[in-house]
Amino acid sequence: MDQSKPTYGLMAEFADPTTLVAAAKQTYDEGYRRFDSYSPFPIHDLFDAMHCHDRRVQLFVLLGGIVGGLVGFGLQSWISAVAYPLNIGGRPYISWPMFIPVTFELTILFASLTAVLAWIGLNGLPMPYHPVFNVPSFARKASEDGFFLAIEADDPRFDRTRTLEFLRSLGAKEINEIEA
Amino acid sequence: MDPKPATTPAYLPPPPLIEPGHTFGSVTEKIAAIVLTRRHPLSWVFGLTVGFMLTMMLMMALAYLIVKGTGIWGINVPVGWGFAIINFVWWIGIGHAGTLISAILLLLNQGWRTSINRFAEAMTLFAVACAAIFPLVHTGRPWLAAYWLLPYPNSMGIWPQFRSPLIWDVFAVATYATVSLLFWYTGLVPDLATLRDRAKKVWLARVYGALALGWRNSARHWARYETAYLLLAGLSTPLVLSVHTVVSFDFAISIIPGWHATIFPPYFVAGAIYAGFAMVLTLAIPLRVLYGLEDFITMRHIENMAKVMLVTGLIVAYGYVMEAFFGWYSSNRYESYMIWNRMTGPYAPYYWTLILCNIITPQVIWFKRVRTTPVLLFLVAMVVNAGMWLERFVIVITSLHRDFLPSSWGMFHATRWDWMTFIGTLGLFVTLFFLFIRVLPMISIFEMRTIVPGAKVKGSSAH
Repeated sequence: MDQSKPTYGLMAEFADPTTLVAAAKQTYDEGYRRFDSYSPFPIHDLFDAMHCHDRRVQLFVLLGGIVGGLVGFGLQSWISAVAYPLNIGGRPYISWPMFIPVTFELTILFASLTAVLAWIGLNGLPMPYHPVFNVPSFARKASEDGFFLAIEADDPRFDRTRTLEFLRSLGAKEINEIEA
Repeated sequence: MDPKPATTPAYLPPPPLIEPGHTFGSVTEKIAAIVLTRRHPLSWVFGLTVGFMLTMMLMMALAYLIVKGTGIWGINVPVGWGFAIINFVWWIGIGHAGTLISAILLLLNQGWRTSINRFAEAMTLFAVACAAIFPLVHTGRPWLAAYWLLPYPNSMGIWPQFRSPLIWDVFAVATYATVSLLFWYTGLVPDLATLRDRAKKVWLARVYGALALGWRNSARHWARYETAYLLLAGLSTPLVLSVHTVVSFDFAISIIPGWHATIFPPYFVAGAIYAGFAMVLTLAIPLRVLYGLEDFITMRHIENMAKVMLVTGLIVAYGYVMEAFFGWYSSNRYESYMIWNRMTGPYAPYYWTLILCNIITPQVIWFKRVRTTPVLLFLVAMVVNAGMWLERFVIVITSLHRDFLPSSWGMFHATRWDWMTFIGTLGLFVTLFFLFIRVLPMISIFEMRTIVPGAKVKGSSAH
């Protein structure tokens, strides 16, 4: 490996989900924090092994739903009582039971839009370029049957030789340097 | 001596969701190849051609409608609601099965949804697109519908009437279309990344790459993605139930005998799922043969869908019985006349054909022979598709055509423009569906990987 080139990190490939989960667990226990695993489908044990418990998606969806409900009810009340009041047989302007369906629909609409924006935004997408794709085996297999783990160079514990040794000790099939 | 009695297994384990012998690679290859190949079956070309020609007919019918107005349709006093609402309710109902499969079965942890959810969701989107045409064009002047339907600050200071179920419908259907699209797209992103990585042509990789947003299968991304996907499923579930409830309010909130019934919401929702599963079977049975997908859409899937159809069909049958019961039990002469007129009046042949299609024919699904013979099941599904259209016809037309005063009785005669618009939307649906199976994976690839035997983490405690 050329020591002079800038590097994004080191990437190890594993044979199957089981070894990847074990490797991710050891990497976390070793003290690495800026690392990521890559698998062609979601693996729940991997989330536990890496301690990814980002609860912000839920929070945003809850807030989105509350805002949607308030907007829905507020819009109808304002229109029916302020902007365009129609007196129909002396019935109340804010006849709230009739406003429930639209309030409900807008709650769902806002919460769903927030859910999609949250997973896209918190994941830092859209991202037109990412260094991991510079590893040829990753570009070929990550979305098919490859299980990868990459330790990033900006992790404080990252050291080219020591991290390489560590990844070898995890039983990686193949280790590549990721060009930045 | 072994005192243990001879054991027989209490039950047989269910057949697998995927035929044995598949790997991550073979699943990916098989599904992605349908999209990335240059070759496509002749039946695809034929289907698209027919669909496209019918779509052109739809364009013609709509253009003439916009020139002439709704007078070209068969509607008049007393039958002021004709094909537009029948077709709208029929199409939107068909869409419901897609959301049921993708959201409700996900929450219920039904693994068999995996190989059918993608194209069922596509079916939902296209059915909603067909449905949405009718409320727009039935106004006759759709360019004015902006301020009739949507709360937008126009120069006349006029706002919609939020106490009307027709406005609830606008919000319900618009939300349903949007959320279905979001849910479908969210499910597609990892598969778009797969297509990006497998595409041989640069431009194709760029197009799929842009749509995949730079997805790189990172575990940190998957965790947030799964949370969001589950939440979307949780939000879609009450949504889908609300949509057909609101559609049924269009009728039930009115005071027309035959419409003003509290059973309408559950009966409409069950009917929607019934019609939708019939349409999913209509699509799935030919697709799995044409594209050789029998390994993924197995007989277990087909059988399960048939069972859901049977159950919802029985709920619908209960609805029909209750309508007749209410007619008698209400002691209201208009209610009892309405149901009597439905059964013996000028539209009686429609009513009894509907009973034959929706209640009697589907009873053959009780036989395992029928459930495991795709051809027979396909025929039953076609009969149900027709039956559910007739159901809406009977509800709309027979309730209206005998007004409260005999002097304002009349009959409904559909014109050729009515039929051209209806058959045209069938063409639009077929066209959109055929384009979909050509450019996007019709089965969720990444979810199929999770049911390949190698996907299990050994010693896992997770779900």
